[in-house]
Amino acid sequence: MSAGDPPVNSPEIPRLSPVIEPGHSYATVTDKIATIVLTRPTSIGWLAGFSLAFTLMMVLFISIAWLITKGVGIWGINIPIGWGFAIVNFVWWIGIGHAGTLISAILFLLNQKWRTSINRFAEAMTLFAVACAGIFPLIHTGRPWMAYYMVPYPSTMGIWPQFRSPLMWDVFAVSTYGTVSALFWFVGLIPDLATLRDRATNKAAQIIYGMLAMGWRGSARHWHRYNSAYLLLAGLATPLVLSVHSVISFDFSIAIVPGWHTTIFPPYFVAGAIYSGFAMVLTIAIPLRKAYDLEDFITMRHLENMAKVMLATGLIVAYGYFFEFFMSLYSGNKFDVFLVQQRLHGPYSPYYYALILCNILTPQVLWIQKVRTNVAALFVMSLVINIGMWLERFVIVVISLTRDFMPSAWGRYQPTFWDWSTFIGTLGMFVSLLFLFVRGLPAISIAEMRELVAHEDHK
Amino acid sequence: MKLPHPHLYGLLGEFDSPKQLMDAAKKAREAGYRRMDAFAPFPVEGLSRALGLGRKHDLVPLLTLAGGLGGGLTGFFFQVWANVSSYPQNIAGRPLNSWPAFIPITFELTVLGASLFAVFGMLALNRLPQPHHPLFNIERFKRASNDKFFLCIESHDAKFHLVETARFLQSVNAQHVTEVRDED
Repeated sequence: MSAGDPPVNSPEIPRLSPVIEPGHSYATVTDKIATIVLTRPTSIGWLAGFSLAFTLMMVLFISIAWLITKGVGIWGINIPIGWGFAIVNFVWWIGIGHAGTLISAILFLLNQKWRTSINRFAEAMTLFAVACAGIFPLIHTGRPWMAYYMVPYPSTMGIWPQFRSPLMWDVFAVSTYGTVSALFWFVGLIPDLATLRDRATNKAAQIIYGMLAMGWRGSARHWHRYNSAYLLLAGLATPLVLSVHSVISFDFSIAIVPGWHTTIFPPYFVAGAIYSGFAMVLTIAIPLRKAYDLEDFITMRHLENMAKVMLATGLIVAYGYFFEFFMSLYSGNKFDVFLVQQRLHGPYSPYYYALILCNILTPQVLWIQKVRTNVAALFVMSLVINIGMWLERFVIVVISLTRDFMPSAWGRYQPTFWDWSTFIGTLGMFVSLLFLFVRGLPAISIAEMRELVAHEDHK
Repeated sequence: MKLPHPHLYGLLGEFDSPKQLMDAAKKAREAGYRRMDAFAPFPVEGLSRALGLGRKHDLVPLLTLAGGLGGGLTGFFFQVWANVSSYPQNIAGRPLNSWPAFIPITFELTVLGASLFAVFGMLALNRLPQPHHPLFNIERFKRASNDKFFLCIESHDAKFHLVETARFLQSVNAQHVTEVRDED
């Protein structure tokens, strides 16, 4: 631990709970995490949860099939509101992914020991969120089978994509983000896959984990290069994660639409992404630690720290809202001033007030330590923030597009059944993937937990 | 050269803690052993140095730099070529070589190239995937991915001697000194 870290168990700060409960050895850590995957029987709860999520995922597939059959007209989008739920959901899902990378990369570089037991499933969450996000722009093109036009390949038509367009930047940012997140996650998994290979008793598990572990044997030379690669990946993922939501905010801020054309968008999108992502990590962590008795590893310290990160990023988001509001009025631009009025008094003002309530007012209860250490309250808070961040994207997309420059171009937006079924379907896909992940792979990094045990022993 | 011990890969000693392993590795190096490797269930700081591996054994950072530079330069000049020379689009008379607009994609491809080189470079330098290794014949070695630490002195080390080396491993507190054989 570096000199700057607060002493975890020192008497001066008695209220900090440890990052791992005392009394664990290398073997108990391995046992506890590996048995969840290898020997624990599939519970009724898992089956019920997975079945429900899987059903919702089928709803997604039906919705996509219907969309491809009929076209985007089945959604509520129209002219002028060409970006409805698809873009709202895309930005929301990508944002959720960001906390996973923040935990695994930025907190790793900052040498925060408490990231250890939450980074694995947070990274999995990132991957699944990016998978859900990626669906939306693809099906929003209307002809998803033509989506490969965005890939710069030497076509017989002799044309190239317009690389100056933020929509092309998006293609590169999101696909790079997905790839690097997958690499980071897989590299972290290699030593744990070797553990599962060595502990598996049935042939199929030995073969599958054995192939995935690629013959990892924990050699000191291998660990040395492994550590360099992991550190470098963390260093690369850090600017990457900041760039991804910045690029997504360019989709809006490069356009001249009132309410979108502001320079505050990139930082405030990134802060919002981390805010919603941490909320989602809590939404997942709280049931996970309960269901698999992982309270020893995902302690109150983790939950409280995540609550603090949410409080801090929530304040940055609040600052963003305030300056968006202030700059619109201060600029004197009549379209911008009008947009503020529309947010406060227009047809979609209830969404704006709900957003302020969910994202700014309610999270202030996190200043109170009793709330930060109350698991049920944190779970509710995380749901409130998830909803709030979704509303934020809805407000940004819909209010600006319904109130363009000319009253003749104004419109209304009403999501349809298929909008909702697609959105809820991606929630089902996300949860299904999480269920499969928890069942098939170690949800907590075993190798890193051993390191933590070694470190605690050494003190 | 004919190996003195055909099919013998080396001698494996087992330890309980990273500290014991580290001491044993240092002593083995002092005793003159060079061809050896240590195995641990998590990265042990300083272990590769104790085995005598310096910084120059680690080519991963250099490969990552190469991947990043390659990705970034290719990305940038490809965009310039595509949008300026191969398929120029005159949009309201704006300059064709508008390089700042090419930076986001250049950045993403820099990160992509560097990350791919870091991961696949690390795997290649580690000679992974490697489905078979003589150490996997040892039942106890399974605990190298759980809670035990191992030092293996390989049979092609100049100083290797079946009895002497086994005695040496015992002298540095190794439990269960085992012969590792690579039989087909």
